Amino acid sequence: MSASTSHITSSTSPVVSAKGLRKVFGTLTVVDDIDFTIPRGKCFGFLGPNGAGKTTTLRMLLGLSPMTAGELTIFGQPVSPKTRERMGVVPQLDNLDPDFSVIENLELYASYFRIPRVEASVRIERLLRFTALSEKRYAKTETLSGGMKRRLTIARALINEPELVVLDEPTTGLDPQVRHAIWSRLNDLRAQGTTLILTTHYMEEAERLCDELVIMDHGRILDHGTPRALIKRHVEAEVIEIRSETAKGLVLEDLPECRVEDLGTSLYCYTHHAAPLIQHLQDSPGVVFMHRPAGLEDVFLTLTGRELRD
Amino acid sequence: MNDWRLPSAGLGALVVLRRNVLVWRKLIGPALVFNFGEPILYLLGLGLGLGSFIGNMGEMPYLTFLASGLIASSAMTTASFEGTYSVFTRMIPQRTYEAILATPLEVDDILAGEMLWCGVKSLISAVAILVVASLLGVVASWNALWTLPIAFLIGLCFAGPAIVMSSIVSNYDFFSFYSVLVITPMFILSGVFYPIETMPTLLQTIVQVLPLSHAVALVRPLVANQVLIQPLLHVAVLLVYTVIGYYLAVVLVRRRLIV
Repeated sequence: MSASTSHITSSTSPVVSAKGLRKVFGTLTVVDDIDFTIPRGKCFGFLGPNGAGKTTTLRMLLGLSPMTAGELTIFGQPVSPKTRERMGVVPQLDNLDPDFSVIENLELYASYFRIPRVEASVRIERLLRFTALSEKRYAKTETLSGGMKRRLTIARALINEPELVVLDEPTTGLDPQVRHAIWSRLNDLRAQGTTLILTTHYMEEAERLCDELVIMDHGRILDHGTPRALIKRHVEAEVIEIRSETAKGLVLEDLPECRVEDLGTSLYCYTHHAAPLIQHLQDSPGVVFMHRPAGLEDVFLTLTGRELRD
Repeated sequence: MNDWRLPSAGLGALVVLRRNVLVWRKLIGPALVFNFGEPILYLLGLGLGLGSFIGNMGEMPYLTFLASGLIASSAMTTASFEGTYSVFTRMIPQRTYEAILATPLEVDDILAGEMLWCGVKSLISAVAILVVASLLGVVASWNALWTLPIAFLIGLCFAGPAIVMSSIVSNYDFFSFYSVLVITPMFILSGVFYPIETMPTLLQTIVQVLPLSHAVALVRPLVANQVLIQPLLHVAVLLVYTVIGYYLAVVLVRRRLIV
């Protein structure tokens, strides 16, 4: 295949395709024979607790972790420096260059992609506006707040105008304002046709951003689908959370038409018909409860269990 | 599990070199104080003080003998420091390599760039010593300028082993072993301060295998305007260390970062 045709990938072919992907460290199987395809222009999520194999999967996509077995293609090609040329990466922990200012970080990164200087400065201005960092262009990176660093990392990941952007827990540790700002930037990117791959353990983030997602645990994919389909498949439509310390007077077996899970501080009651249960609880004096639609978090806890992960 | 493929560095090495040059430019003041301060102290303190007792050594004034030795040893220590502390900082705590590896560059390019930078820094240190030595009137001729490319090569030669160290240590403290067990003995024993011919034969043989004695053997005649003896052999030794050092460094850094 010549260089010119390799860039032509039809809009229907997947951006990433993995078959039997596997990663073993010594005796530990971190990614255990997983299959997935990521369609162009979508936001695809990897959800899972710590140690599920999400980051290792991303590292294999980048060629930073050789796969033990399986097939993996990006843009229809095997992983190589050439595929990285068309990808952007937002790592879990910021690795901005502390010796340089905001604008110098972007210039330097452009040089790694051998983007001509004039072109780079046009892109940098656009990206500084896109991430609302124009005012901070001459600031040293160590003087930036966590949210600004993250935005700069995102700007940096876009310097090569990537078709595919990989984000490893992009909003972990950030305050709500920054998270919302980042979500809106990511939505803009997707609207422009950029394919996004995202790992997260924030269910809200996955529900807002992901068109499709897989839930991983212990290196395996437990299920795959749209957030809505996953919720429908695994949990009842509605949840009523009861504060445990207020529930002493309740006889759990008497609660109408629901499945109860005890999470310690709360009782989660999953149901398709909330009305009779709500009626029952309103008639029980002192019980504090909250009624909400079921979400991905419920799916996540159902599929991955409730024990603590480190 | 090691990736023993032969390295193939491309133009990306120059981009990495440029990055380091840009950082150096920002801190040029302290860097030059170090580059000039150290040789001034050595040459004035040791050279003039000790030199007045010694007179000539190896058919040249002791100050010339010492200055030429220091050009070689300073190229060694400069590259060794850069290849250990600085490279380790970029590789592990600062995670600069991780950021670069998300671009089309590879470990091969990064380390080639780092080695070139070590060479450049060694060259800078040689320039500083030459300038100081010239002002003290101990440089014999313009032939001494040939020591600059030699200093660059010495930098390359010592960069590889230093980066190898960076790829296997868990923290900065372990560099003490490398410094005390490898660099300092070489500094003392390789003919920087006195001719190696004065040492026991066994020690001489050992020192002949180490690169610094070959570096000194190249630099000293150039500074003193004497005839070079077996220059190709000495250059070859430095080149062999360079090539093997680079290859091992690439394999070991791959093992550390590409997992």
